[in-house]
Amino acid sequence: MTPATPPQHVQTHALAVRIAHWLMALSVLIMIGSGWRIYDASPIFGFRFPVWATLGGDVETALAVHNDPGVATGIAWHFAAMWVLLASYLLFVFWGVFSGHFRRDFLPVGPKSFLRDFLAAARFRLEHHLGEYNVVQRVFYWGVLGLVALMLLSGIAIWKPVQTYPLVRLFGGFQGARVVHFLGMSAIVAFLLVHVALVILVPRSFIAMVTGRAAEPVRHRQGESVP
Amino acid sequence: MTSDRRHLLRGGFSLGALSLLTGCDLSDSGTVQRVLAGFSAWNDRVQAALFSGTRLAPTFPDAMAVKDFRYNAWYDADKAPDLKAADYRLMLSGLIADKRPWTVRQLHALPQVSQVTRHVCVEGWSMIGKWSGTPLKTFLERIGADTTAKYVGFECADGYYEGMDMPTALHPQTLMAFRLSDQILPRKYGYPFKLRVPTKLGFKNPKFVTTIYVTNQRPRGFWTDRGYNWFSGI
Repeated sequence: MTPATPPQHVQTHALAVRIAHWLMALSVLIMIGSGWRIYDASPIFGFRFPVWATLGGDVETALAVHNDPGVATGIAWHFAAMWVLLASYLLFVFWGVFSGHFRRDFLPVGPKSFLRDFLAAARFRLEHHLGEYNVVQRVFYWGVLGLVALMLLSGIAIWKPVQTYPLVRLFGGFQGARVVHFLGMSAIVAFLLVHVALVILVPRSFIAMVTGRAAEPVRHRQGESVP
Repeated sequence: MTSDRRHLLRGGFSLGALSLLTGCDLSDSGTVQRVLAGFSAWNDRVQAALFSGTRLAPTFPDAMAVKDFRYNAWYDADKAPDLKAADYRLMLSGLIADKRPWTVRQLHALPQVSQVTRHVCVEGWSMIGKWSGTPLKTFLERIGADTTAKYVGFECADGYYEGMDMPTALHPQTLMAFRLSDQILPRKYGYPFKLRVPTKLGFKNPKFVTTIYVTNQRPRGFWTDRGYNWFSGI
């Protein structure tokens, strides 16, 4: 390595962040799959999710054992994974606040810088460096953190509409809470699609989230001989 | 659950079926079932702690009550038990001082109240209805039930069975409902009475009740035996 080499970009993730991230990933996938099975029992809109995409056990088995197509198991998954999601979300948020991770990596955000990075990204001109989040990325992370909070709150409202009635009213009633819960789910699914697509484009970010560290290969200047 | 819907789902595929191919059935394996049952037991405790014996379910104006309430059971309405007042007797057992059976006429003579509350089904749909009847608490006191016991259980004429924790049984809005929409409870809705429990999911509201018992052993539940959570408070 010569002194002329530009600084290497490195992405590191603390162990707490990685544990929280993967527990959230697992529990969110379970929440979506089981949530779709529960939705299918009484759809809000004029469609159902295909059974293969849902979680609640084999339909034939569920009908034989439970006399229902897996709503019971779907609910059991949903109300188990919600605790894992709550715990990992709280771990992520508390760690993010108290370790300075949020302040260091998710801030600052502003409308101007967001617009600048958004336009650059839309023209595929946004340069990505490991270990550095652009403003669009930061806003997306804040957004999904807010969405999970919204899902937890609307979920509690649906789970306990009598015991948490003030919360239910905030969502415009029981049916309103169901609609908010559905829309929040849709937004999280949209986030996950973009999130996973970008990870596929930058596979080292995946390695960093698993092992805790990934570095971009050192770029050599043009004309320099590569050993 | 209608038969066409079952048919629709039968044609489907599931993660469980998918995982059969790999020799590990995700939802139906013993280990997964045990983990889920463990979480369900934890949820029973959380819900019992969240429950307040004095917090009332929201009530609505009479005009918001649905007149044509949704019929819901695992059998068609014409298969519903057809109980006749002349033959009907409500049997009592367990930790109850006065176990004499009750006739419909005696039940109707009990003090009654009305409520317009939201019935929430475990499947997600909900409906506001008007029910009238006797608070279960009033009845339990009248028959000398041991209200320090843990549970109240119900056996029904259609083979259904349910039960609930004593704090919910004593909740002021837990009714033995004799009327729906100011009419004597029609046959398909559970004549001569159903339990109306606005702090529980719909399946914890048994119909066609023929036996009430008080016990310290947790009563079985028809849908709980089929994988649903026992407490199922809302």
